[in-house]
Amino acid sequence: MLTLTRMDETALAHTMVETDSKPRSGDDPGKRRVSREIRETVGRVTVDDPRMVCRNVNVYYGDKQAIKNVSVDIGRNEVLAMIGPSGCGKSTFIRCLNRMNDTIDGCRVTGEIILDGTNIYDKSVDVVPLRAQVGMVFQKPNPFPKSIYENVAYGPRIHGLARNKAELDECVETSLRKAGLWEEVKDRLDHPGTGLSGGQQQRLCIARTIAVNPEVILMDEPCSALDPIATSVIEDLIDELRIQYSICIVTHSMQQAARVSQRTAYFHLGDLIEVGPTGRIFTNPSHQLTQDYITGRFG
Amino acid sequence: MNNTLSPPAASPPRRTIEIVNRSLKRRYRAERRFRFYGLLAIMLSVLFLALLFASIVGKGYSAFWQTSIRLAIFFDPEVIKKDTLVNADYAALVRESLFKRFPQVEERQDKRQLTSMLSSGSVYRLRDMVLQDPDLVGKTAEVWLPADDDMDMLIKGHFRRDLPESERRVSDKQIAWIERLEAEGRLERRFNTMFLTAGDSREPELAGIWGAVSGSFFTLVITLVLSFPIGVAAAVYLEEFAKKNRWTDLIEVNINNLAAVPSIVFGLLGLAVFLNFFGLPRSAPLVGGLVLTLMTLPTIIIASRSALTAVPPSIREAALGVGASKMQMVVHHVLPLALPGMLTGTIIGMARALGESAPLLMIGMVAFIVDIPKGFTDSATVLPVQIYLWADSPERAFVERTSAAIMVLLAFLVVMNAGAIILRKKFERRW
Repeated sequence: MLTLTRMDETALAHTMVETDSKPRSGDDPGKRRVSREIRETVGRVTVDDPRMVCRNVNVYYGDKQAIKNVSVDIGRNEVLAMIGPSGCGKSTFIRCLNRMNDTIDGCRVTGEIILDGTNIYDKSVDVVPLRAQVGMVFQKPNPFPKSIYENVAYGPRIHGLARNKAELDECVETSLRKAGLWEEVKDRLDHPGTGLSGGQQQRLCIARTIAVNPEVILMDEPCSALDPIATSVIEDLIDELRIQYSICIVTHSMQQAARVSQRTAYFHLGDLIEVGPTGRIFTNPSHQLTQDYITGRFG
Repeated sequence: MNNTLSPPAASPPRRTIEIVNRSLKRRYRAERRFRFYGLLAIMLSVLFLALLFASIVGKGYSAFWQTSIRLAIFFDPEVIKKDTLVNADYAALVRESLFKRFPQVEERQDKRQLTSMLSSGSVYRLRDMVLQDPDLVGKTAEVWLPADDDMDMLIKGHFRRDLPESERRVSDKQIAWIERLEAEGRLERRFNTMFLTAGDSREPELAGIWGAVSGSFFTLVITLVLSFPIGVAAAVYLEEFAKKNRWTDLIEVNINNLAAVPSIVFGLLGLAVFLNFFGLPRSAPLVGGLVLTLMTLPTIIIASRSALTAVPPSIREAALGVGASKMQMVVHHVLPLALPGMLTGTIIGMARALGESAPLLMIGMVAFIVDIPKGFTDSATVLPVQIYLWADSPERAFVERTSAAIMVLLAFLVVMNAGAIILRKKFERRW
């Protein structure tokens, strides 16, 4: 209940900002939109109780700039959806949030991404605890070629989260339960994780991520390789996980964004075009590009 | 447009299916021809392999059998005194026994011919018997003694008896004696344990392969122990940790070039560095192993790197995503998946190292070494060098021993590779 109240307040704040301080959108934001040429972010990027704060983030691959001056907050217990046409930088951006881009040669990130008061790109920040705090689920289900149990137990084991076998067993069970996979696999925990179906594999990956008990979960198109039934199972799961975690999800499906998220961010060619409460983005976007995208004019 | 063109009598087919059907026969013919070429290539290689094996086995199998002569030896207490057990004149015992068996031989020349029918190694056989059981002294025993290699060749049919005596290595008299011994049942082809247990010798009937096998074993142990960890570590560093820049490019190019360097160059390097600079012992498996390590490293590094690149990046991301450090990612996830490929590269490298003789010539492993090496710093030779040495020897009996040594080398290779394949199967994940 507490969460809901907070979300309502946020939504309220948005409406106020939009009506009051949006000279660009003109007198009637519903009819006249920000023109396509303007690339500054429209909508309120901040939230009242942020978990992560991104300010002026730029990402370069060599000489090419993939993300241009993006500022956005990720609130507590909310699902932030990132949508946009292919190649718009939403995956690049989400990978900045736990520094997965570090592994790519020639990738350079400037700006600030603040978690618990420190910029995660500070020299002093260690990526190992950061990634334990900000977990990630990938586009393609990528379980380790080990048993189901080992897949889930791996994170807690390397971080030393379980003191003994019993605790580890319990952690594996809770994680699998939270991922809604326990009933399906409890009798075959020693079977290979790669032997599961696509949807089960993705839920196994989610279980693996939440076994470390992170605070933020990043999901990079988690359902793109799955059928509609498996997708709906995972969407329900995301909705449940929101109670405990902050979730940031990249998706190609606007319906999915509408179903699971509270706030939506629209990316276009490296620019963050518009951020706002999901309901408003899909019904009454302020920017012409957003309007074009959600009405299917491109993308 | 169609109307202006008058349709010819044999109008070209218009429907795709007709065009396809026309060319279908030709396509299938080409396919059959292609398959036939492939089959031909395989059959040719199998044929040559079979020819090779047939020739080696055909020439070499007889080396595992050695002609022996049974003699009644009287261990004369006059000759073997208590304090001279080791260096008593055992040859005299053999001579006595032979003269007793052939009392009609009296001339010095003939006596020498008679004694030369037995291998000079008979002496050691008798000495070992006495040392093992000193109670033999004073008794008579029937003993199988190895025949001289010329007699052995005669029995095995490698010498033609119909040549004039002057062109034979075996005289008419010796043939007559041999035939008599054979008739008396004192001549037998027995399993040649000497060949499998002894070191090298100038006498073919005393020459064995075990010295070279041990030398090869010690050398390859050094090679494996050094080149596998170093190669894998280098590959992991270059592939997983090093930043891609001009330096790593340079290193990569050099590794690829090193893999193509003629092996004798590594021998020269070993001679200059390990022997002349570090002063390590000459002819030692230790140095041989070091040289072969240098030679094998590029192969292992290249194979290991391609095995590492073949590990899907999603596995790396998964590991990093749950907060594994880079080292944990590599050790827990990437290495186990890449290990089968790395082992394949190691098998290839080690097989090449086993068959290598040129670099070892440069560091003195070509020396004539009788003793069986007991460790990494003893003088030794290796199987391919031993084969080369025997192939170079003039005695007819070394021909079959050369082939037999090749058989031993191949067996060594098969055992080594089988071990590696079993290991690889164990690590290979099929899920």
